Amino acid sequence: MHGRLKVKTSEEQAEAKRLEREQKLKLYQSATQTVFQKRQAGELDESVLELTSQILGANPDFATLWNCRREVLQQLEAQKSPEELAALVKTELGFLESCLRVNPKSYGTWHHRCWLLSRLPEPNWARELELCARFLEVDERNFHCWDYRRFVATQAAVPPAEELAFTDSLITRNFSNYSSWHYRSCLLPQLHPQPDSGSQGRLPEDVLLKELELVQNAFFTDPNDQSAWFYHRWLLGRADPQDALRCLHVSRDEACLTVSFSRPILVGSGTETLLLMVDESPLAVEWRTPDARTRPSHVWLCDLPAASLNDQLPQHTFRVIWTAGDAQKECVLLKGRQEGWCRDSATDEQLFRCELSVEKSTVLQSELESCKELQELEPENKWCLLTIILLMRALDPLLYEKETLQYFQTLKAVDPMRAAYLDDLRSKFLVENSVLKMEYAEVRVLHLGHKDLTVLCHLEQLLLVTHLDLSHNRLRALPPALAALRCLEVLQANDNTIESLDGVTNLPRLRELSLCNNRLQQPTVLQPLVSCPKLVLLHLQGNPLCQAVGASEHLAELLPSVNSILT
Amino acid sequence: MADQLPTEFDVVIIGTGLPESILAAACSRSGQRVLHLDSRSYYGGNWASFSFSGLLSWLKEYQQNSAIAEESTASWQGLIHETEEAVTLRKKDETIQHTEVFCYASQDVDDGVEEMEALQKSPSSATSSATPDPLHSACLPGETHSLHAASYETPAKDTPKSGEVSLEVTDVEDTLAKEEYCGDETRTPAVSDGDEDGKKPVEKDSTDRPKRKKITYSQIVKESRRFNIDLVSKLLYSQGLLIDLLIKSNVSRYAEFKNVTRILAFREGKVEQVPCSRADVFNSKELTMVEKRILMKFLTFCLDYEQHPDQYQAFVQCSFSEYLQTKKLTPNLQHFVLHSIAMTESSCSTIDGLKATKNFLRCLGRFGNTPFLFPLYGQGEIPQCFCRMCAVFGGIYCLRHKVQCLVVDKDSGKCKAIIDHLGQRINAKYFIVEDSYLSEETCSNVQYKQISRAVLITDQSILKADSDQQISILVVPPVESGTCAVRVTELCSSTMTCMKDTYLVHLTCSSSKTAREDLESVVKKLFTPYSETEVDQEECTKPRLLWALYFNMRDSSGISRSSYEGLPSNVYVCSGPDCALGSEHAVKQAETLFQEMFPNEEFCPPPPNPEDIIFDGDDKQPEAPGANNIIMAKVDSSEGSKNPESPEKQLQN
Repeated sequence: MHGRLKVKTSEEQAEAKRLEREQKLKLYQSATQTVFQKRQAGELDESVLELTSQILGANPDFATLWNCRREVLQQLEAQKSPEELAALVKTELGFLESCLRVNPKSYGTWHHRCWLLSRLPEPNWARELELCARFLEVDERNFHCWDYRRFVATQAAVPPAEELAFTDSLITRNFSNYSSWHYRSCLLPQLHPQPDSGSQGRLPEDVLLKELELVQNAFFTDPNDQSAWFYHRWLLGRADPQDALRCLHVSRDEACLTVSFSRPILVGSGTETLLLMVDESPLAVEWRTPDARTRPSHVWLCDLPAASLNDQLPQHTFRVIWTAGDAQKECVLLKGRQEGWCRDSATDEQLFRCELSVEKSTVLQSELESCKELQELEPENKWCLLTIILLMRALDPLLYEKETLQYFQTLKAVDPMRAAYLDDLRSKFLVENSVLKMEYAEVRVLHLGHKDLTVLCHLEQLLLVTHLDLSHNRLRALPPALAALRCLEVLQANDNTIESLDGVTNLPRLRELSLCNNRLQQPTVLQPLVSCPKLVLLHLQGNPLCQAVGASEHLAELLPSVNSILT
Repeated sequence: MADQLPTEFDVVIIGTGLPESILAAACSRSGQRVLHLDSRSYYGGNWASFSFSGLLSWLKEYQQNSAIAEESTASWQGLIHETEEAVTLRKKDETIQHTEVFCYASQDVDDGVEEMEALQKSPSSATSSATPDPLHSACLPGETHSLHAASYETPAKDTPKSGEVSLEVTDVEDTLAKEEYCGDETRTPAVSDGDEDGKKPVEKDSTDRPKRKKITYSQIVKESRRFNIDLVSKLLYSQGLLIDLLIKSNVSRYAEFKNVTRILAFREGKVEQVPCSRADVFNSKELTMVEKRILMKFLTFCLDYEQHPDQYQAFVQCSFSEYLQTKKLTPNLQHFVLHSIAMTESSCSTIDGLKATKNFLRCLGRFGNTPFLFPLYGQGEIPQCFCRMCAVFGGIYCLRHKVQCLVVDKDSGKCKAIIDHLGQRINAKYFIVEDSYLSEETCSNVQYKQISRAVLITDQSILKADSDQQISILVVPPVESGTCAVRVTELCSSTMTCMKDTYLVHLTCSSSKTAREDLESVVKKLFTPYSETEVDQEECTKPRLLWALYFNMRDSSGISRSSYEGLPSNVYVCSGPDCALGSEHAVKQAETLFQEMFPNEEFCPPPPNPEDIIFDGDDKQPEAPGANNIIMAKVDSSEGSKNPESPEKQLQN
């Protein structure tokens, strides 16, 4: 028939394909075998390069073969003349590029290129930067290539300004680019070093404002794109707070000294992490955590020998030196007093506001305004809502408390998948606020009732609290960290869903514990209470364990020192 | 020569416009024997693109329309049998009207182009009479060697050769090579500064020119070949039917495209860029944050508006512009969406507006940040690409080949054959005729619309930007209701449609009056006529007009087949270009007609892999594509050097 094409049928095509594939597999397997044999025999010559390049050319993710190649190249380095070596390197670079075209996200290939380049006496970094630019042109979110670019930029000492301009150009093309934003967060502090800000420093205000405008453009254009919000959070964030000793407490009765730190630390026995000076002379003590487990903790305590507490002197001074944190604190125990303490004043803004903050609250204020504007347009955008909450926390946690709670409610409704996370976050903020209020009032009584708390945090801040009310919340446990409350005398935790009491342990002054209407199932969960020597009153009404036959007898047996157990 | 043309075909196609060319490719690809004819000396009919001098020749042809009756043609009456009757075809094309040319560029006498005397000296005296024809005679001898010029200048001389197939589609490399060649050949008596620059490679450009380049008329004429001026101004939607067809049929390999770089809007007397993609909105300095959000929100909604009927149901009866007012969009955003993104009239319904917006957005991001592609070397390339595909699969091409009549069998009422201007009778089963070939009798009941067109050569872009290589599209909304919006497409020199330092601007709208009356007001808003005295004035910020052409073109789209009188059922009619931005109508028409003719055949399937083609062992010449001797024959000497790597040969190897 005129003009009619004769074309192989699909069966013929499939057969041809199958044969081709079989052939390929055979070659692949035999080459792999040969390489392994040669490697075992120590024959690391150019033939191995040839063989591995056949395999890696088709499958660049064969890490062992890259190792083989490195061994061969190292061997050849010693044997070849500089000219031969240069030619070898040139082929290797070309080969690597062809592998990257096969798979631009191959870990092995990028790593091999790093390795090769760092061995060269005069690497051509300009060419490498250009290679990165080309690969990022194709896929601007290829983090392998970003990684390599940062490596090259460091090696070649590319000025940060140039790299920043490069991130600019990529963000302009598509701002949904985590790597690009991240790179900015590394480059900007380098470009604008601030004297007092350490490694993760803050930015000068003009730079900060420009960045904020850029990132606002991004989230107003597409508020569902996370990358911009993460960068926004970095811009408004600040470095970790300085290491500090928060509180020091000495109790004559318990012959015990307690310290709380700004971050969890580990004090090993026999190490010099913590030094205790009593009346200006060092005293060797054993440090332990309140729950008696050796792991990083905010709170550490030690027993004091009777000599350091005797009543002959008008006062004793206790000084704790934290050598690693370069911090110390001192407190005085006066004659005739049961206890002495020293702690940072509650007005210190450092206390909880470390998540979001910059020195200029005007910046935060205007950020809050634009986020509210966006929220009006996008009432259901979770990123916007969360940012508003964080900004309000940073600006003034107590002033915005009510508003924050409303935003939490909206946020939970639009993002039910993260309801539990949000509940915990909300609990954290509420505890923080209550702690602040308590400390402003300079009392040792903390009311956390009726707050819908799901989790207890910042317990290390409550070293001095004597009365704690946790009633009417949604707590499921009294966590181990509760053991830090060394001064606690009365604990009310009625009307929760508490099942375990791990934290009510080793509390030296606990007298009264109310656990009505909870979910305590077995008398055995009360086991930790045994370690509280002064416990005399225990309310257990409305718990499942009360239903059991002989519950009272059982409990009396378990807790012989408790005078009255109400079931 | 004439007896070399076979007399038996399956399909005869008359006219090489886009729908006819697509049909030709489709028929040939499905194994039909195709004869594809055009009475003109160029491909594309009203879809063609011309060099500057080519365009002048084209104009001349239309302006002399009335003059010639016809050169003597062989009589055909004797070839009609008793059982047959003839349906005559039109002798002269009448689709172009009201052509008016204005030249504003300085007509330097230094250049010694004598023909300048024939030109209109002042723009004000413009009428449709005298047309410049600067390319005539020995003044620019280099030009006449080239392929196009030769065919325009001496049609009579070349006519006998037209029996051979000459495929003028070239690869980009070929075209470039050809252009270089011609550039060298162009000899001019006097060389001005500008001319020297003109010969340098195009890429070289000083970004900060203190003054505008002075472009003279003789430079335009001299660089004539740099121009590829489209008769219809169209773009390709990057998710449209034409792109899909080009990709599916693999015809796309014959063409190259550039993404349109900007969508513009004309508002309050100013041209501004419309942010339409995510990246545009992000980078825009003009929009406030809130505007960015509102615009993005609306556009995102439009992308799947069908899923949210609650958002527009109440406004189905309203116009789209009224609907936009309810969406909190600021006036500039409303303007952007209505005129630049949906590109609809204000009166368009809400649903149509949403549909158009969705279509625009769907096309974003496939090939770049705007939804449109422009074919390098002009829209006229596209029909030729399909012709090439047709030829690859054995189709036979004859340009300058007139058809006198269709021969209809009285009994069956079907068309059996055509009789060409040489008196040859060619038989076929199916006949496809472009509307403009049909006689007045056939079309006596047809009401045609008209398209108003303007082609401008200017010295600057309508919106200056960092790069001067921009391809822009702009819709200028009508000032008074009842008139049409004007679509403006501005092409830069890297689209290979105009010389360096100039811009080629196309204006299109559906006609209410003559093209000049319809379009002149928009031209005046955007441009200022070039004049010597203004050259040094810095305050003159508008781009200047160097040259302008207005004409009306018949719009034969949307004519129902039953309006044509006395056509046999196996004669199919293709329409000429329509007014729309895309070529969807042409593709749809081609596919519909193809399926009417061959209901069981696939429309333009992808060609098979070369390695999957089985060649007959006995036959040295594979019978498959391009085996036809006639195709391979190179008669025209200027064709000899072309296409050494033509696909015909590749397939044979």
